Amino acid sequence: MSEQPAWRPHASLAVLKSRAQQLAFVRGFFAERGVLEVETPALGRFGVTDPNLDPVAVTVSAPGVQVGWLQTSPEYHMKRLLAAGAGAIYQVSRVFRDGERGRRHNPEFSMLEWYRPGFSDDELMGEVADLVCNWLQCERPDTLSYRDAMIAWAHVDPFEASDRTLRRRCEEWLEPEQLAGLGRDGCLDLLMSFAVEPNLGQERPVFITSYPASQASLAKVSVESGVPVAHRFELYLKGIELCNGYWELTNPEEQRQRFQADNRIRRASGKPEMAIDDAFLAALDHGLPECAGVALGLDRLLMLKLGLTDIAEVLTFPLEEA
Amino acid sequence: MASYSTNEFRGGLKVLLDGDPCIILENEFVKPGKGQAFNRVKLRNLMTNRVWERTFKSGETLESADVIDQDMEYLYSDGEFWHFMATDGSFEQFPADAKAVGDTVKWLKEQDVYTVTLYNGSPLTVTPPNFVELEVVDTDPGMKGDTAQGGSKPATLSTGAVVNVPLFITIGEVLKVDTRSGEYVNRVKSS
Repeated sequence: MSEQPAWRPHASLAVLKSRAQQLAFVRGFFAERGVLEVETPALGRFGVTDPNLDPVAVTVSAPGVQVGWLQTSPEYHMKRLLAAGAGAIYQVSRVFRDGERGRRHNPEFSMLEWYRPGFSDDELMGEVADLVCNWLQCERPDTLSYRDAMIAWAHVDPFEASDRTLRRRCEEWLEPEQLAGLGRDGCLDLLMSFAVEPNLGQERPVFITSYPASQASLAKVSVESGVPVAHRFELYLKGIELCNGYWELTNPEEQRQRFQADNRIRRASGKPEMAIDDAFLAALDHGLPECAGVALGLDRLLMLKLGLTDIAEVLTFPLEEA
Repeated sequence: MASYSTNEFRGGLKVLLDGDPCIILENEFVKPGKGQAFNRVKLRNLMTNRVWERTFKSGETLESADVIDQDMEYLYSDGEFWHFMATDGSFEQFPADAKAVGDTVKWLKEQDVYTVTLYNGSPLTVTPPNFVELEVVDTDPGMKGDTAQGGSKPATLSTGAVVNVPLFITIGEVLKVDTRSGEYVNRVKSS
């Protein structure tokens, strides 16, 4: 007798109801604050250049378009709306990241992304805390710098330690020959994932702030206590990374340079280079208002609400059963 | 030789690590949203039976290990090797050494079928079926009328294994034994 493929939903009906409540909560939260809900394409002509994100390519046939990319986040499109004067906006969307599957990852997931013109990263962190703590009924978050978190749990200073010291520290997890191909940021990511993250937000949520400038992505960089740091923040709860926010970079020239730098890293690590989204850059040339933005994983937020540890438990059908 | 990338790792996959064949037990994907992805992998080394925990950068590969499980009939022992024959119709014979046979030696009965794990074509381990039926060759005399009461005594089976059996068991009886726990299950009617 051949085995029937698994067809039943993974999430229970109770979980589906909580998910619907969470969505209603989010929409109510932003409606009350006058933030406009928007929809932007899940399928675009460009993917991100980020060296650590692999967008899913799809073949499409439409006039002038042969290849499309499922968006890893609605960031570029939403920033085009901001440049056009949309004001404060939010979106609940499905985003796609190739190769990401684990207890906290599914290649397709639900993301809540919002932008606040006129907000700094600190002000947006306050709003993230309002949303998360009201929904989870938890205490307000602590704030800890990336540097202090690394020193506390990985016992290295991410800004001062030499490459050699960092590698040494990573030998707890990787063999020297594996480390040969891992750059400074790769080493820091390893320490963050294995030494630091499991300790974060065990009592109450914690914001990690002031990332190394090399991990700025699309955040502004400024100098704090003598070192360049990114105006980037993440919120952790029970060791789970919940969101990633920036005081957004608005300078088109610097944005161009970061895209090119991303592609250099991609080339060096044998990954395909990504075409640069010229429409996004044109929007920056026109002028992105000073703003802060954040992306928050709704599946993980639901896991935390329900005390579940595997993302599959909050999904109707994880990819291998979808 | 084929190789597997970290995103193909799953429980049961047999791979070569540090030159030894290993079976993957667990694969945990770890990745900061904007950072490098890693896989934390638990593997059992099939040579030593030890469990290893290793970290890989996502995208790293391991060679597949030529490890297969095959049903084989036990033929005989020449003192140095235990000889098995494939039951797939090929009649191919494989000598297994003491290391491969290990504790299974006490459950080996001629003409019974065992799972032989081959690594590069040679027996790596021999696994008995969950239940075997073996004859009692030695035990204290049985006590009549003691079928319901508790109490047990050792009995030596035809393969040399010693198991605890109820007091009513006598020499010559065939017993069903659970090889995982080494425990007596029941008597088998001799045909």
